[in-house]
Amino acid sequence: MADGTALSSDALLDYDEALAKYEPVLGFEVHVELSTRTKMFSAAPNPAAADSGTVEPNTMVAPVDMGLPGSLPVVNAQAVRYSISLGLALGCSIAETCRFARKNYFYPDLGKNYQISQYDEPIAFDGSVEVELEDGTTWTVPIERAHMEEDAGKLTHVGGTTGRIQGADSSLVDYNRAGVPLVEIVTKPIVGAGAAAPQLAKAYVATIRDIVRSLGISEARMERGNLRCDANVSLRPRGQERFGTRTETKNVNSLRSVERAVRYEIQRQAAILDAGGTIIQETRHWHEDTGTTSAGRPKSDADDYRYFPEPDLLPIQPSAELIAELRAALPETPTQFRRRLQADYGFSESEFRDIINANVLVELEETVAAGAAPAQARKWWLGEILRIANARGVEAGTLVSPLHVSELIALVENGDLTDRLARQVLEGVIAGEGSPEDVVRARGLAVVSDDTALTAAIDEALAAQPDVLQRIRDGKVQAAGAVIGAVMKAMRGQADAARVRELVLERAAR
Amino acid sequence: MTDAPEPVVITAADVQHLAGLARIALSPEEIDHLAGELTSIVDSVARVREVATPDVPATSHPVALVNVLRPDVPGAVLTQEQVLSGAPDASEGRFRVPAILGEEQ
Repeated sequence: MADGTALSSDALLDYDEALAKYEPVLGFEVHVELSTRTKMFSAAPNPAAADSGTVEPNTMVAPVDMGLPGSLPVVNAQAVRYSISLGLALGCSIAETCRFARKNYFYPDLGKNYQISQYDEPIAFDGSVEVELEDGTTWTVPIERAHMEEDAGKLTHVGGTTGRIQGADSSLVDYNRAGVPLVEIVTKPIVGAGAAAPQLAKAYVATIRDIVRSLGISEARMERGNLRCDANVSLRPRGQERFGTRTETKNVNSLRSVERAVRYEIQRQAAILDAGGTIIQETRHWHEDTGTTSAGRPKSDADDYRYFPEPDLLPIQPSAELIAELRAALPETPTQFRRRLQADYGFSESEFRDIINANVLVELEETVAAGAAPAQARKWWLGEILRIANARGVEAGTLVSPLHVSELIALVENGDLTDRLARQVLEGVIAGEGSPEDVVRARGLAVVSDDTALTAAIDEALAAQPDVLQRIRDGKVQAAGAVIGAVMKAMRGQADAARVRELVLERAAR
Repeated sequence: MTDAPEPVVITAADVQHLAGLARIALSPEEIDHLAGELTSIVDSVARVREVATPDVPATSHPVALVNVLRPDVPGAVLTQEQVLSGAPDASEGRFRVPAILGEEQ
């Protein structure tokens, strides 16, 4: 296990200096959990499906998922369709024939001692993805392959605090995730990004996320592990043709972390090379809290997994008709999607850029689809929600659902909430208190629109400032402000200021 | 496929390496014995190349079927009790296993 002591000891070279001397080469392996109803090789329900909430451990498990003797895998047709769609969206060729293979290793995250994956015959290969950086420039990321496989179970490591045997740490295994359909997307080496490499890394993973979301084949929630990224980074001295030794930083599970991890590895490796050292080919663990990586296990290019064709499964040969059908059903690309939304919503280039950079475009689109006005949706996602997200160091999209944001906006539009109250309601929604309506009810936050209550408060305010009505009648309408302020204060903000103003002016006109 | 493949010899070191990967303990005698046997098995399989011309597609399966698929419809699952019924040790609804050196692949 990685321990904290070694983490901070990494020497880092100044980023600009590192880039002046070395050229970063990137590569990514992104695992996407498909949201099929059932697992890859069994009819057990898929915990990564759209409607799965939290489930008890080891309750979504069929004999196949545990590798029980006598059980046999059968391929999920929908998972194959989803994989082909994803391959097509990545601009890949789809294999006329492909096979599953066994990847053999001993680790309790799978009960069989092997993972069913694909090896030399992936379902999709040779593609490319267009990625847009923050400044609007586009990059083409070459895709090596996308292959189907099964996810592994989840291990929770527990400390040796039970006092039985010293150091008797153990791991608890939940096989609910075992057998969840995965597609692993592997890039070719990405060369030439230079100082923009960390940004490109983030933009690439964001693009994959947007693609699988628009295809509707994955929930694509990084914080839930639906989308997981391993980032390969190597450096070579400027002018050198041969690639340097790479490290693979595993399980970097937020967009922000992808960017930070790549930047960290560039600086760490540059410091080692600069001091005349050599890079060890190894996996590295990303530590979200410290923003650092630490050494994992050494890795060779040919890790000995003794792949061989899976004898329990037959080849997959997608028909030309199926491929044509799925190709015809492909949604627009993320770039097309952005262009269309920008035109539809009428945002300026810089307004739109802010949305992209905050990674809330999909959320914003879903909020508008749920009925909110684009300008309002933008105001909330880039305003209060982003502020809270930044304060907590998380993605805005993880805090609140687009549906709830649109409901919140509707409450404001209907005059049920003021902006100030709406912010409190948002707080409640983020805290898990339910829908905006639930929070309004539970916290008693609705705007007081009952004129009787308002009139009483206005009477009180006018009693304290008896000359206001006369000043309004004399043409000094702004004098109403003092009364409105007093009423809002008395109602603790839960009044509709516009209605209060109306009532005060009505009174003056009498 | 080349016309005249190099004969493959499985050495004792190869067997030891494979035994390690497969978590099988072998004595030196067993290793030597298996090295000889595996060499002759590989040699026999290699003879297939003598008859397999390029127009014979590679096969990984004797069954001449493809696309054996299942509709994406949920079926039966085991209960947590059933899942854990064969576990030597369990805790909090999960299998308890000794601390694992190494890490996920």
